[in-house]
Amino acid sequence: MKRQKRFEKLEKRPVHQDGFVQEWDDEGLVAMHSKNDPEPSIKIENGEITELDGKQKADFDLIDQYIAEYGINIDNAEKANAMDSNAIAKMLIDPNVPRSEVVKVTTALTPMKASDVINKLNFGEMIQAVQKMRPRRTPFTQAHVTNTLDNPVEIAADAAEAALRGFPELETTTAVARYAPLNAISIMVGSQSGRPGVITQCSVEEAVELGLGMRGFTAYAETISVYGTDKVFTDGDDTPWSKGFLASCYASRGLKMRFSSGSGSEVLMGYTEGKSMLYLESRCIYITKASGVQGLQNGSVSCIGIPGAVPSGIREVLGENLMCMMMDLECASSNDQTFSHSDIRRTARMLGQFIAGTDYISSGYAAEENSDNTFAGSNMDVLDYDDYETMERDLCVNGSILPITEEQSIKIRNKGAKAIQAVFDGLGLPAITDEEVEAATYGSTSGDMPKRDMTGDIKAAQDLMDRGVTVSDVIRALANHGFDDVAQAVFKLAQQKICGDYLQTSAIFDKDWNCISAINDRNDYQGPGTGYRLWEDKDQWNKIKNIPWALDPQKVEF
Amino acid sequence: MSQEIDETLLKSIIRDVLNEVQGAEKPISFKGGSSTATATPSSQQADQVHPVDWFKHVGVAKPGTSKDEVVVAVGPAFAEIMTQTIVKLSHKDVLRQIIAGIEEEGLKARVVKVYRTSDVSFMSAEADKLSGSGIAVAIQSKGTTIIHQKDQDPLNNLELFPQAPVLTLDTYRAIGKNAAQYAKGMSPNPVPTVNDQMSRPTYQALAALMHIKETKQVVVGKPADQIEVNFN
Repeated sequence: MKRQKRFEKLEKRPVHQDGFVQEWDDEGLVAMHSKNDPEPSIKIENGEITELDGKQKADFDLIDQYIAEYGINIDNAEKANAMDSNAIAKMLIDPNVPRSEVVKVTTALTPMKASDVINKLNFGEMIQAVQKMRPRRTPFTQAHVTNTLDNPVEIAADAAEAALRGFPELETTTAVARYAPLNAISIMVGSQSGRPGVITQCSVEEAVELGLGMRGFTAYAETISVYGTDKVFTDGDDTPWSKGFLASCYASRGLKMRFSSGSGSEVLMGYTEGKSMLYLESRCIYITKASGVQGLQNGSVSCIGIPGAVPSGIREVLGENLMCMMMDLECASSNDQTFSHSDIRRTARMLGQFIAGTDYISSGYAAEENSDNTFAGSNMDVLDYDDYETMERDLCVNGSILPITEEQSIKIRNKGAKAIQAVFDGLGLPAITDEEVEAATYGSTSGDMPKRDMTGDIKAAQDLMDRGVTVSDVIRALANHGFDDVAQAVFKLAQQKICGDYLQTSAIFDKDWNCISAINDRNDYQGPGTGYRLWEDKDQWNKIKNIPWALDPQKVEF
Repeated sequence: MSQEIDETLLKSIIRDVLNEVQGAEKPISFKGGSSTATATPSSQQADQVHPVDWFKHVGVAKPGTSKDEVVVAVGPAFAEIMTQTIVKLSHKDVLRQIIAGIEEEGLKARVVKVYRTSDVSFMSAEADKLSGSGIAVAIQSKGTTIIHQKDQDPLNNLELFPQAPVLTLDTYRAIGKNAAQYAKGMSPNPVPTVNDQMSRPTYQALAALMHIKETKQVVVGKPADQIEVNFN
């Protein structure tokens, strides 16, 4: 065929490097509704759910059984499920119906009924609904802090900068699993150097992760994954009950935690039972509710390439975030994985959560260059900071990332790097040189760092675990090296686990360790004049307004 | 943000995906609604096995006692249903390189095919119990690879290579070499982690299709087969 010149140019656009597929209901490659999805139904006999979404009690799978027993507000269930789905969808966006009233209905729905309600909403309505339904009034966001060499100095410096930029939660993981304790300590020490009150986690194998929390190296966890079909659960040697047990382990140690799920995971693992991504995700959300867990990270998360490849997939992703909020759960709303080669498309993917505001718009934003992101890259990274901050300023939206100056960055990165140098010395870990501190202060990627002896670090990490080192040793190392303020911050963090206030829904800390949650910062949105408005949050708005690259019109010299 | 990507390759992958979805002669379905319907391959649901001469089944794999062996476990669709990884490296070449890496360290490689699971972590957790040294490498048909040690939790690992699209034949050789060094009780430097943040948007849908195909071959309860490989 003789090529048409415009089509030749279009094919070269970045969007053509993304993968797209047509819908395929029988393999679950369908976003909002599959021909195999059940009809919503519920039957209650003697205070017990005996029919759920077309299935009789005798036919319940593990997930049905768990949800029927613990996940649905049974008192209001018959009434709520008898309502027209359009009427419930209208309640979600009607400013005259307060959130507290909506939640009474939505927490009594069956998973399929909730999916049906989401199916009634267009993208704009979902934004309106999220604005009203998120539990916490003030929106925030979260960041990833990683690098491909697991370089601890780089982690500490990046964490310090991210903390100063306003992220209240930071998450790390490893390139090499055995680095876990070093990464957990580095992100904690770096973040407390940047801004006291930031909470940190280290996403690794579940038993290791819980162990790190029990030693005080982490303050929360979110990668406790749940799935929408029994087969995916049991393939990972798990059941809803085992996840519920793990959740209570965290609670018993005063550690915040949320579950994690997302559309597309069952497709990727090959067991969808032919159901839509939204319906399977609704089951994950109900498992979370049933487990008594305060929140969920959802919105496809690392499987975003799957809903992203099918029609209405990005609408489905915002829809599942909304459903999480309808269940009165904290929602960390994804936007945390590379989604597209196209800058236009990856911005559009984020807009729903960004404009509406969620508990954590991203979970997380790459606080390193994406090439160093060992979660395999985020939707936005450090090189997008100035674009993101400009968008906040343009739209007057609090996206929870603040502009800082180059001088501020250098200073805080240096502090974080020096603090982890002190901790490594105090804990008898392989030395961090002044050259490394300098490189982390001024560098942008792990490629800018002098090479460390990774074998030595890995052995030291194991030894540290064998010696029974805990957060007390970290605090002592900081104090002995003159980092009194960082020592104090890490100490305060450890204290919070005894107090436990931050186990409430959607909780974070400000710089003075005030806990801000859906209890004391309840979302009261009911239309104009209510709810969170950035221009009323004067301090935050001033910081966002004053991007360092805007001219002062009264001081321009001609 | 933008990376140099072989456009022709990309186009061909996307075309393959669409062909798989639209033009598959035997559409794979979950009809029947039973949650275990996918567990047993049947002629309607799973692709036919195509035996290949270099990859010979020689009975059920037995636990080894020899300390100088590393078990290499491959996924249920490896070599006989699919023949290439997600970036079209032939399964034969991949296996050859891993084994060469192990032999370079003076150890022996024993190949097994796992049927109970298509999950790379659980494949390796089955294989390290067969391995005399307690060290196993597991490879999915799409190319995802792990090094695992007996007594580690299934979802833990010594080294994990989760991004199949960035793995080259050289990487597979280095993985074999490291696995052998762990088996000898050494502490090798981990194989350098390569990260291509653009793998996901390009390959995730294809990865799902390949994994669906592999998962169709899972047989509940079936022990691993011992495989004799012949590269000549």
